[in-house]
Amino acid sequence: MTRALWTHLLKDLRIEWRSKEAINSMLFFALLVVVLFSLAFDPRGAFSRDIAGGVLCVATMFASVSALNQAWAREIRHQVLDAQRMAPTPGAELFLAKVLANFLFVSIVQIVLAPVFLVMYNLRVEGNAWLLALVLPLATWALVANGTFFAALSIRSRNRELLLPLILFPIFMPALLAMVLATTAILTGESDPSLWIKLLVGYDIIFTTVSLLLFDVIFHAE
Amino acid sequence: MKKIGIALYAMATVALMIWGFYQAIYVAPDDALQGYIFRIIYYHVPSASVAFVFFAVSLLGSVGFLANRRGHTEWAQVADAWAVAGAEVGVVFCTVVLITGPIWGRRAWGIWWTWDARLTTTLVLWLIYVSYLLLRRFAAGPQVQTLAAVLGIFGALDVPIVYMSNRWWRTQHPAPVFGGDPGSGMKDPQMLQAFGWNMLAWFAWGIFILILRFNVERKHQQYAEEEAQEALAANI
Repeated sequence: MTRALWTHLLKDLRIEWRSKEAINSMLFFALLVVVLFSLAFDPRGAFSRDIAGGVLCVATMFASVSALNQAWAREIRHQVLDAQRMAPTPGAELFLAKVLANFLFVSIVQIVLAPVFLVMYNLRVEGNAWLLALVLPLATWALVANGTFFAALSIRSRNRELLLPLILFPIFMPALLAMVLATTAILTGESDPSLWIKLLVGYDIIFTTVSLLLFDVIFHAE
Repeated sequence: MKKIGIALYAMATVALMIWGFYQAIYVAPDDALQGYIFRIIYYHVPSASVAFVFFAVSLLGSVGFLANRRGHTEWAQVADAWAVAGAEVGVVFCTVVLITGPIWGRRAWGIWWTWDARLTTTLVLWLIYVSYLLLRRFAAGPQVQTLAAVLGIFGALDVPIVYMSNRWWRTQHPAPVFGGDPGSGMKDPQMLQAFGWNMLAWFAWGIFILILRFNVERKHQQYAEEEAQEALAANI
């Protein structure tokens, strides 16, 4: 943790604190997805437990894409991005600051959404509920770390808003699978989620390391 | 001389493919369990092998580009051309695999599709490389080569994780025909022969297309370079 990282992180948190753009739009979008799925599938009883993990994950995934695009798009105005590229600090610190800020935003959205979700899907957790506090942050980290990286990668292309989900979702698939299976295992209490938690940990370690190593390459690409 | 060489190679490839077709449809016997539909293996497996090898070519190209982009610019351009060619031709062969697979699965398993380790891995691989090609289309300017190379490396990292996660999840695809358990595998010499010929034919064809695509990409790069030089000269 160095000063550059703190500066970037505090700046992003301050912007969000004043505008509340990212959290509000994500929250409303995720709520819409949850309601739409609830209408479309009419979940009841055991069926709702089976699909709940998947719905929660897909809702967060769609919602976070819009916020992740904004995370870098707001730096384009007033050539802030160019200034950041010229700054004599490693790009990895900027990247990590963005990931931490967005991780916080998405986590807040999940915490607010969870009660709504439990009510709408009539859920009762059969397994170890505290494990959810491990699975959700791990999956969110996987989504946000990769998402921030690919948002930076696609920022200077045409159709960047469209490009981010197109390149993020295929790479995110194993983490999605692990998160859905772990959540379902916890909600139904029928199987052991530990294997999927390990997979999520491995995915997070591998992709965060590679992102940190390669961030300078894409950030200074010309 | 070069043209004669290309023509000879193309004719040899076509002859090999005709011979492979004859071997697969008329010479090789029916499978003991699956009957006639089993013959699709002579197209499904070679296409899959070609696709995986070409994706590996694409990965090597991406790594080569990133390693050389500061020092040996010319090498980096060559590596990038291999990366594009491998990804594009690989996607075509992977599409063939994804089409022949369900046709076979419908007859052999009674279902079109299942979320099995190898099926899912192939599908995700296909999706990743399609997104790679989309990125190359959408992103403009000289930075696209760097961005695409990074995405290529991410995609390649993802593949083993997808494979392992699905292996733990569920698997329906048969054990590997070659190097599987002692009970599996091709025992009939005529089957092996037909398989070998088709493997050879499809690799010959794939490499032909790959080299053509590589040359097209090199030409593109040269024209882009010339245009840039002309624009510079006009400004002066």
